[in-house]
Amino acid sequence: MIFETKEELKQHTKAYEAAKALLYQLADDDFMIAYRGSEWLGLAPHIEEDVAFSSISQDTMGHAVMYYQLLEELGEGKADDISHLRNPVEYRNAIILEEKNGTGTYLEKPDYDWAFAVVRNLFYDYAKTIRLQSLKDSSYKPLAHIARRVIGEEYYHLMHWELWFKQLMQSTPEARQRMEAAIERVWDEFDGVLTLGPEGEAMNEYSLISSEQNLRDRWVEKVQHILSEVDYKIERKPGMKSGNGRMGEHTEDLNQALSILSEVYRTDPVTSW
Amino acid sequence: MRGGSKVVIERAQLVEEIRAVLQEVKDPEIPSISIVELGMLDTVEVEGTKARIQAKPTFVGCPALDIIKKNIVNAVIGLEGIDEVEVKYVYDPPWTTDSISEGGKEKLKVYGIAPPPSEHTPGEPWHIDCPYCGSTYTTMENIFGPTACRSILYCRSCKNPFEAMKPVANI
Repeated sequence: MIFETKEELKQHTKAYEAAKALLYQLADDDFMIAYRGSEWLGLAPHIEEDVAFSSISQDTMGHAVMYYQLLEELGEGKADDISHLRNPVEYRNAIILEEKNGTGTYLEKPDYDWAFAVVRNLFYDYAKTIRLQSLKDSSYKPLAHIARRVIGEEYYHLMHWELWFKQLMQSTPEARQRMEAAIERVWDEFDGVLTLGPEGEAMNEYSLISSEQNLRDRWVEKVQHILSEVDYKIERKPGMKSGNGRMGEHTEDLNQALSILSEVYRTDPVTSW
Repeated sequence: MRGGSKVVIERAQLVEEIRAVLQEVKDPEIPSISIVELGMLDTVEVEGTKARIQAKPTFVGCPALDIIKKNIVNAVIGLEGIDEVEVKYVYDPPWTTDSISEGGKEKLKVYGIAPPPSEHTPGEPWHIDCPYCGSTYTTMENIFGPTACRSILYCRSCKNPFEAMKPVANI
């Protein structure tokens, strides 16, 4: 079945609900990792990285906007309201993406973990690229068209984090040790990104996206490949230690992120920002 | 019937006029090149006194998109016979760097930006010549630059820093 327009999609209640669930996951994942990325501005290891990372975060925020606009078209409300005014339990991003960059805040005593940033972004960009490759053939055409555009930009993000990852994994013993700690940490939460949540089966049934298992297998293969290039191995399956964000389970870190993100918007949602 | 064909001709003329004024709408971040030369313009339609314009965004997260939209409206609303302008961004067909016209590529160089290569295959080396002296003796300083679509390079021959537009292919 192909859904050329939102009207066609809406005629199939189950597909319509599954498409919305998928869009919330895609939008919230990009929104959160872009926000955490933007907090690094001025704090990245060197000035060229500041330019690169902020450009990546801006791009990623733009991708989130695309998905929020698709939700707006499906009648979920204004894109700005969807992104800023929901309650934390209504967010569908994976928990690993909402986690703080480290202790302190960007204004006060930031003690951010660069190894965590590199690993989280690399693992996420593999997952995102694999998802986009599948979404290019989505039965919901407006989503397929956007995926085709996003993937051309995503290519540069992935290349960037692969470079950092390989260099730091082959750098000093301290760098290696920090990177390994970050890999272990992100791995044990990463199934939160890979799961499509309770609506996953319906998403696959209506060919909105490939099956969760297929996407997960491809991700594990990609990550194991780069790990083997730097002589590292993880035997266990990726975990979801802190809970399932696709079911509205979140940590205090999400509340903290949202309170800062939407602080200005909440003062006057009617104004055109 | 005569009146009908006259309307059709007038409408076609109006569409041509719109395309002509859009030549004057520049990219706010690269003022040497127009949105038409960048390949952003998709379709122009006129119905009565309303103009409907479809445009293809370059980078989807580009913060200049809203400004460009406003500039399109302002340019077209001044035309005689038009009182309403609707601008919509579309993603199908997709914009790629191959959408930039040959003339547009030359104008990028005027602004110190090396144009993207034609028919680039992602993953393959991307040769960038200096937009000032034409030398191929250049190095990539940062694949990410001041805007989403640009990278920062350095010419070892004429010793100028310069920028290049990233190739975006339909992968």
